[in-house]
Amino acid sequence: MPVSSPYPRIERVSESLLIVRVGAIIDLQVNHAAQVIAQRILRADLRGVNDVAPAYASVAVRYQPRLWMGPRHDAFAAISDALKPFLFDITTGAEPRRLVEIPVCYGGAHGVDLAAAAETLRMTVAECIALHVGADYRVAMLGFAPGFPYLLGLPPQLQLPRRAQPRLRVPAGSVAIGGAQTGIYPCELPGGWHLIGCTPLRLFDSAAPQPCLLAPGDGLRFRAITPAQFDVAQRALIA
Amino acid sequence: MSLRVIKPGLLSTVQDSGRTAQARFGVAPSGAMDRPALRLANALVGNTANAAALELTVLGPVLRFERDCVVALTGAPIDARIDTTLLPLWRPVHVLAGATLKLAGMRQGARSYLAIAGGLRAQHWLGSASVDLNAGIGRALHAGELLEIAVAPKPQWMEKPGLSWPNWSLAPAHWFEAHQRPLRVVPGVHFDALDAAAQSALYGSSFRIAADSNRVGFRLQGATLELSKPLELVSEAVDFGTMQLPPGGDPIVLMAEHPTTGGYPRIAQVAAVDLPYLAQRRPGDDLYFEHIDAQQAEHLLIRQEQALDELIVELGRRLAAQS
Repeated sequence: MPVSSPYPRIERVSESLLIVRVGAIIDLQVNHAAQVIAQRILRADLRGVNDVAPAYASVAVRYQPRLWMGPRHDAFAAISDALKPFLFDITTGAEPRRLVEIPVCYGGAHGVDLAAAAETLRMTVAECIALHVGADYRVAMLGFAPGFPYLLGLPPQLQLPRRAQPRLRVPAGSVAIGGAQTGIYPCELPGGWHLIGCTPLRLFDSAAPQPCLLAPGDGLRFRAITPAQFDVAQRALIA
Repeated sequence: MSLRVIKPGLLSTVQDSGRTAQARFGVAPSGAMDRPALRLANALVGNTANAAALELTVLGPVLRFERDCVVALTGAPIDARIDTTLLPLWRPVHVLAGATLKLAGMRQGARSYLAIAGGLRAQHWLGSASVDLNAGIGRALHAGELLEIAVAPKPQWMEKPGLSWPNWSLAPAHWFEAHQRPLRVVPGVHFDALDAAAQSALYGSSFRIAADSNRVGFRLQGATLELSKPLELVSEAVDFGTMQLPPGGDPIVLMAEHPTTGGYPRIAQVAAVDLPYLAQRRPGDDLYFEHIDAQQAEHLLIRQEQALDELIVELGRRLAAQS
């Protein structure tokens, strides 16, 4: 990283949460740096660090200020110093941790905004689906709600402004696009993105031993399924 | 051995010290809104700091005890009765099997805590019993529900027959403030992006807690705050106490059930020492903010935690001497 770069930079959020900012844009290499730094800090298992979570362009570190405070320095200064060795020498190239395939039933009742979205994008519904399933995505971060993935990799041809009126209730499993982003709703939530399809998979189950289907850094692809396949898969999951 | 919910109250939830190490899956800590009050309720009945207890909101539940228990109430001064006997707050109380505890309104404040010796044997999700309604984890108490209580040793002062309590209590004045003073806030990373009018309005004017405020966040109505120019932000971590500015201009202070990340400008952070005080405010209350710097906020929090630890050690001695 050039000397003039303002990143990485450590900032306070609260008395017990800081973020390491590695950039200011949504970008695969910036997010890769966040993933690498988060993994390093997690593996170091530092005393007085409770939680580490990557976001698009930053890494959140939750810590116990009392365990970092010293007679001559405050806790934030101490943990900032301790984190510095983890922040540099990040090689480029970002292989996904693993690849997860998400079956999606596009359009119709499963994706009520697909037809309108295709029209706005001046393409057919089939072209829209082909572009969405043809791309390689990356789980940049999970946030907003448990198991909610923010994905990198939406083809530029599929980018359109968010809905003017956000919906108060977006059904669980909805696959949506908005701006440069695409995501999957793990549970019923409010949302302003365009709903283009639905997956029968459960992205978050608080009672399961591994509650979250996805993790930051995962590679992801969508696969189109028919409404009949959707129903079969959903019944299998409920049974 | 259990506790029956006869009426659930306005919003009663099981809370402990919250979930840790789950933010990378989008799961936030949740936990009590007024954390010292929960910790002290647990300490008063001899529980560990992380034991599960009940957070009650504005109007408490009606509960029937199916065995003898030691309980303690802290936080907002709530009207608590067994038959016609008014129960004191901030001290352990021996309740007999068959008793019905009627928790009614709070004279002031918004949240009381009810701890039971042994702790609630509640379901745990991802290492914590804390309900997080916003995240779809657990649910509020409902009528007819049975809460399991772990068995705890009976202190000697309980051998007296009937409803009883020791002749001492914690001094609530340190942990519940009835009068309204300004909340201390640290400027957030985007404070400088506020225009000059907004910067002075944040410290110079009052904000009212909106009716749609809840455990996720308090929406504040007052001066409309504006940025000097729009910011293009990408989602990143937020915390309990983070004051965000959505496009409408009404700031939102995130509370215990906040999501892990947010994409709005972070204009300020309520000092952690003042979060219990904010948690006790109700919709319709007016708030004022006062600037402090981040080092001061950290120092105040550490001092508060040390004071709480010392008090709990002292309380442990007191309880041991009585049993």
